[in-house]
Amino acid sequence: MTTVQRNTVSARRSTPVGATVDRRDFPLLAAHPHLHYLDSAATSQKPRAVLDAIRQYYENDNANPHRGAYELSARATQRYHDARARIARFVGVRDTDRLIFTRGTTESLNLVASAWGRANVGAGDEVVITGLEHHANFVPWQQLALERRAVLRICRITADGRIDLDELASIVSARTKVVAFNHVSNALGTVNPVGEIAAIARRHGAVVVCDGAQGAPHLPLDLDSLDVDFYAFSGHKMLGPMGSGVLVGRRDLLEAMPPYQTGGDMIEIVGDDRTTWNVLPHKFEAGTPNVADAVGLAAACEYLDTIGMERVHAHEKALTTLATERLTAVPDVKIHGPSVELRGGVVSFTVGDIHPHDLATILDQEGVCVRAGHHCAQPLMRRLNVPATVRASFYVYNDENDVAALVAGIEKAKTLFQSA
Amino acid sequence: MSSTDALYQELILEHNRKPRNFREMPDATATVEGRNPLCGDEVRVWVKLEGDTISDVSFLSPPGKGCAISKASASLMTTAVKGKSRAEAEALFERFHDLVMGKLPESEHKSLGSLRALGGVSRFPLRVKCASLAWHAMHSALDAGPAEVSTEREGNAPPPTEGA
Repeated sequence: MTTVQRNTVSARRSTPVGATVDRRDFPLLAAHPHLHYLDSAATSQKPRAVLDAIRQYYENDNANPHRGAYELSARATQRYHDARARIARFVGVRDTDRLIFTRGTTESLNLVASAWGRANVGAGDEVVITGLEHHANFVPWQQLALERRAVLRICRITADGRIDLDELASIVSARTKVVAFNHVSNALGTVNPVGEIAAIARRHGAVVVCDGAQGAPHLPLDLDSLDVDFYAFSGHKMLGPMGSGVLVGRRDLLEAMPPYQTGGDMIEIVGDDRTTWNVLPHKFEAGTPNVADAVGLAAACEYLDTIGMERVHAHEKALTTLATERLTAVPDVKIHGPSVELRGGVVSFTVGDIHPHDLATILDQEGVCVRAGHHCAQPLMRRLNVPATVRASFYVYNDENDVAALVAGIEKAKTLFQSA
Repeated sequence: MSSTDALYQELILEHNRKPRNFREMPDATATVEGRNPLCGDEVRVWVKLEGDTISDVSFLSPPGKGCAISKASASLMTTAVKGKSRAEAEALFERFHDLVMGKLPESEHKSLGSLRALGGVSRFPLRVKCASLAWHAMHSALDAGPAEVSTEREGNAPPPTEGA
């Protein structure tokens, strides 16, 4: 590796709900000391190590990889290769060729639905998703089914926002070509039992697709031993840059399916009337790759590994438990989703009849950043019969002060709305 | 006054709690549904015209699908445009829109009557769409425009561009 920077995670041996890192590692948080950023499920803040890695790449190594017959281009190629290897190590993938760079989870899932789906799903076949999905893992499958005249089956969820495994077992059949579901729900924080879901799909030979947008940033991962065929995630939710993302696929499936986009870099021989494809991973990376952001994402993986993903997970667990306790103690607060043991670093809630947007505006005035709305999961919200919720989500830089500010802001909103 | 207090004035909170003309209107001349796809909010507006005069106007938003700002704005709108001519209502919409966009000169705020209470919205660009949703629907109803309007679609003017 040339210059992937050893970053400076100032690890504090912490109380259970102190931050796992020094806020000063994050320039935006350092510049806004009174900000309580509780929207990491939407996007995370970036440590200096990531920003520096991107800058260093552009300042020292930038050229078009895989092309130039000069040393600088070779260096850019090496940086790109090293970044892929570093990220693969982070998620437990030994065969780095099966790690494809994309713009993010959305593109990764569209790649599978489009390239694999069109080649493998036909009229009368069935595509199974769940009522818990983000639009990114819902709409591509819905559109595939419409286009291929296949049947889209949406697995029921329980009242507390878990995938109903009995229902899943009853709708997956020999006609099922694919089962797609999220690792962790972005709207409710539900951590889904990937192994159990995959086992149901396997009984009938269905391909297993996992949306890991909320998994990879928060849970220790060993994809080589996780029973999924495709796993998608985004760099920007795990301290990396926006516009970076990953699809990890099973090698034989990736080799057998047609490319997603065509153009430069992904070809082997271009004849006048036919073209042959480059090997993995290049077959799925048409055009000049986003090397800088791959390098940035690799630096994010380095940063997270320095903390340790077990510790990241334990930290989020502690904050979620604390927030759940404190919020439960506030009259009129209703927390949506499963009990805290089954949840990742997300608390989704409503407060009496105060509309989530009004609550978010009032919280914003107190420096508390939360998401309010349908969380890109309208089918889920319909099933829960909740038009919108407020979502607070936690990451390595959050601590108990953020939870306290959240609770204080809610109290303030309640006072304001009750006084009318 | 803090920004929050400027936004959530007494009158806004009161209209949110007890919205005026919050009912269906079976004999309406026109009805239009306004939607904000970004937040999922919905409001339906009914307008009854007698000649050129708005003789009645009402609105509803499904439970949980209207924030305080959108409900209060719709409620205040119904009280403000009832009895007005179409042209007067449209002119009021333009001035109201200038108010929430922060473009209306201070000296003209008074002319808006109780609608002034929504002036605080101008400090919250993300909430301008909430405040103008019902107005867009009313505009379309008066104009025999589309039966559904969206804050994210062109052609909901005047004026179509809003912050965020």
